[in-house]
Amino acid sequence: MKDILVRIGGEGGEGVISCGEMLTTAFARSSYDVYTFRTYPAEIKGGPAMFQVRASDEVVLSQGQAADILITFNEEAFQLHGKSIHPEGLLVYDPAHYKPEGTFEAYAVPLDEITLNVVKSKLGKNVVALGVCSRILGMSIDLLEQMVRDRFGKKGELVVAKNFEALKAGYDYVDKHPFKKKLPTFESVQSPFKRIVMSGNEALSVGAISAGCRYYGGYPITPASDILEFMEKDLPKFGGAVVQTEDEISAIASVVGASYAGKKAMSATSGPGLALMVEILGLAAMSEIPIVIVDAQRGGPSTGLPTKNEQSDLNLAVYGAHGDAPRIVLAPGDVEECLYYIIHAFNLSEKYQCPVIFLTDQSLAHRTQTFPWPDFTKVPIVNRILPTEAELKEYKRFVMTENGVSPMALPGMEGGCYAATGLEHSERGSPNFTPKMHTQMSAKRAKKIQVCSMEKGFTSRYGAKKAKIGIIGWGSTQGAIREGVDMAAKAGIPVAHLQMKMVYPLPEADVREFLSSVEQVIVAEINYSGQFNHIFRSHFLVPTISLTKCEGLPFYAEEIFAKIKSVAAGSEKAVVGAALSR
Amino acid sequence: MSHTTTDYKSDVKITWCPGCGDFAVLNALYQALATMDLDPKNVVVVSGIGCSGRLPIFVNSYGFHGVHGRVLPTAMGIKIGNPKLTVIAVGGDGDGLAIGGGHFPHAARRNIDITYIMLDNNIYGLTKGQASPTTLQSFQGKSSPYGVSEENLNPIALALAYDVSFVARGYSGQLKHLTDLIIEGVNHKGFSFIHTLSPCVVFNDTYKYYGKKVTPIAPYENTSNKMRALELWQDKQHIFLGSFYKDETRQTFNERIRDIIGQFPRDDEKYFRELVNRYA
Repeated sequence: MKDILVRIGGEGGEGVISCGEMLTTAFARSSYDVYTFRTYPAEIKGGPAMFQVRASDEVVLSQGQAADILITFNEEAFQLHGKSIHPEGLLVYDPAHYKPEGTFEAYAVPLDEITLNVVKSKLGKNVVALGVCSRILGMSIDLLEQMVRDRFGKKGELVVAKNFEALKAGYDYVDKHPFKKKLPTFESVQSPFKRIVMSGNEALSVGAISAGCRYYGGYPITPASDILEFMEKDLPKFGGAVVQTEDEISAIASVVGASYAGKKAMSATSGPGLALMVEILGLAAMSEIPIVIVDAQRGGPSTGLPTKNEQSDLNLAVYGAHGDAPRIVLAPGDVEECLYYIIHAFNLSEKYQCPVIFLTDQSLAHRTQTFPWPDFTKVPIVNRILPTEAELKEYKRFVMTENGVSPMALPGMEGGCYAATGLEHSERGSPNFTPKMHTQMSAKRAKKIQVCSMEKGFTSRYGAKKAKIGIIGWGSTQGAIREGVDMAAKAGIPVAHLQMKMVYPLPEADVREFLSSVEQVIVAEINYSGQFNHIFRSHFLVPTISLTKCEGLPFYAEEIFAKIKSVAAGSEKAVVGAALSR
Repeated sequence: MSHTTTDYKSDVKITWCPGCGDFAVLNALYQALATMDLDPKNVVVVSGIGCSGRLPIFVNSYGFHGVHGRVLPTAMGIKIGNPKLTVIAVGGDGDGLAIGGGHFPHAARRNIDITYIMLDNNIYGLTKGQASPTTLQSFQGKSSPYGVSEENLNPIALALAYDVSFVARGYSGQLKHLTDLIIEGVNHKGFSFIHTLSPCVVFNDTYKYYGKKVTPIAPYENTSNKMRALELWQDKQHIFLGSFYKDETRQTFNERIRDIIGQFPRDDEKYFRELVNRYA
C-alpha cells in the first residue's frame, strides 16, 4: 500500500495553496485517492499558509499526521512545521534561507535561485516547487504539462510556456541532484473509475443544484462564503436566483418566502449566522415550510475561531428556537457525502415540510477529497406533496394526517388561498389559541419528526460487526474514526463503529441495533462539552464514554486509537448492556 | 369575471379595536384589489408583527404573516420565487423602522417590484402603548412618562434618501385617496412605498392632529423632482398627502435576475457536465 503525506508551508501570497491544489489534481489524475487539509492566516495578505496532501492507492480516511515530505518556502515554515516531519521524512528547503537540523533527510533545492533564473521574477516559485515535488513523487511530466495547460490556458500560450518552463526547471533539478530516501512513486495508473476532487462546500453546492435548489439567499461568512460565490456563479445557469442579502436574517426570511412561493431554497452560513436565523427557523417549523440551511461550523462561541474547526453548533441546530420547533439535522461524513446528503436534506425538507439543517464544519468545508464521478440519479428527488383538485375544493392547509404532513398549496393555485402564519393556527391556517388546537398542532409537527426517525440510510457501520467496544461519531469525524478503528484492529482490538448522518431525530432502529451489539460505547466529537453525547445519552438512557477535542482542529486517527486502547485496558466503567435492557 | 370587494374579504373575524385606522387601510386595499380586478390566487399579502401584522389574515388571497421586522426580505423571497405574483407588504412603524429598519434601504437598492404599505400609528399598539420610532417627542406614555427622549423618524425622508422609486403618503381618514395610491403603487414598476397615517385611537389618537395638518400635494407638482419632494417633506405647517416621488426608468430586481439567467440557454445536462469537469 502506498500512503504519503506531503506538506507545503510558506508565506500567504507565495502560492502555497495553488501549488498544493495542483499537486492534488496531479494525484487524482494519476488515479490515486487524496485527502487535503489547509490552514489559513487570519490576515488576507501575508501570514503563514500551509497546505497538505495525503495520497494513497487505497481510500484515504483522514488528513494524517506526520509529514513524509515537507516543502518549505521559507524559514518560518520550517519553524512552524519542522516538528511535524516524520523522523525519517524528507525536508525540501532553500539553502539560501536557513540550515535545518534533524533526523530527517534535508534536501537542499535553491528554489529562489531557480525561479529567478527561469521566470526572472519571484513569482512562479510555487510552480518550481510543484516540479520538484512531482519529480520526487515519480509523477509523469506529460500529465503535469497538461495540467499547466488546463490551469493557465485561458491566460494565453506565453503564460503556459513560462509556467511549464518553471515546472520543468524544478523537475530537472531533482533529476540532476538525487536524494537518498526511498519513497513510494506515484506514476499514472489505470483505475476502474474516474475521480474528481472537490471540497465539501463545492460538493454540497453541486448536490444542492441537482436536488433542485433554485433560490439561494446568503450573507458572507467564513467558512461558508464560497458556497454563496459558487451559487452566484452557477445557479443562474440552471434558472435559479441568488441574492446576497444584507444579513443572515434577511437571507433566511427570503429563503422561507421563496419556498412558500414554491421554489426549493437554501442558505448557508456558520455559527454566528445560524444564531441570527433561529427566530425564522421557528417560523418555518410553525408554518411548515421546507427550507435547507447549511451550517459550516467553526470554533465558537461568539466570533470564536473563525478559521478553525469545531463541531459545537449542534445544540443550536437541534434545540435553537423558542417553543417546540421540530426540525431535522443532517451531518455528512466526508466530501462525497456532502454531495449526496444535501440531496437528502432537500428531500427530507420537502417530504416533511420543515427546516433541515446540514451541519458541516471548517475541516469538511475546505478540505478536498477524491471520489468517483457523481451519479446524479443515485438519490431520487422528492418533492413536497401538493393538494389535489378535490382537496382544493375545501382546502385545509394544515389538515391532520396520519404522518403529520399536509398537502401544501402554492400561491397561484385556485382554491388554495391561505395565510401562512407564525401564530398557532387551525387546520385552515386561521389563528387559533385554544388549548386543544395547540396540543393537536404541536403533536402534528412533532409527529413528522418522529416518522422521520424511521428513515433508512442515515447511519453507516464500519469495523467489527460485534465487539466489546463501540464508537459513535457524527459528521466530519468519520474518516479519522475509521482509521483509528483500523489501527485498533491491527493491534488486536476489534471495534464496531457507527457514524450518524442524521443527528436529529436519532435514527432509532440503527442505533438500538448497534447498542445491543457492544458492551461499551465511546462517543467522539470536536467540542468541549460533548454536545452529541448529551443528546444521545438523554435519548437512549445509556452510559457512554465521551471523547472530545477542543483545539480548533479535527481528530487525528491516533487520538481515536489511543482512546480505544485505554478503554480496552479497562479505564472506563460505563457499560451499555444493563441500561439498555431496562 | 370581475371581482368585487367581497371576494377579498376572508371569513376571519377582525380583531382590531373599534375606530382603528387600520380598518380604513384594509378597506382601501379591498377596493384597490377589486378596482384592479386582481385574481385573489395571484395576490400575496405579507406582513410582520404588530396590529397591522394581522392584516393578511383578513384578506382572502394568499398571505404570509411572518416574524417581527422581516416583512421586506420575506416579500422579496416570494416575489423572486414566483415573479408573476402581486406582492403587497404591510407593516407598522415599529416593524419597519425599528426592528426591521435595516431592510428598508436594501429593498430600495434592489428596487424589488413589490408594494410596501407602512401603517404608521406612531405607537406600539399591540404591546399596549410604548413609543415607536415615529412617536412625537411630546408624547407621554407608558414607556415615555417624561416624553420621548429620541427625535421621531420621518419615513418619507428615509424613503427619499434611500432612493425608493415610488414614494407616497396616504391617510386612513381619506379612503378614496388611499385606494388610488395603493393602485398607483401596485401598478408602479419597482419598489413602491406608501406611508400611511393610520392612527391608534386607544393609545395615541392623532386623528385631530392629522385632521388639521394633512394637505394634498398640488396636482401641478412634478413627481420626478426629488429636491422638491424633500421640500414638501420639510414643510412644518403641513403634512402632505399624495405622490412625492416616482421613477419608473429603473430596472427592477426581477428584471436583473431574469437578465442574468437569460444569458444561459437552458441545458441542465450540459451545465452539470461542465460543473463536474471543473473538478476532474
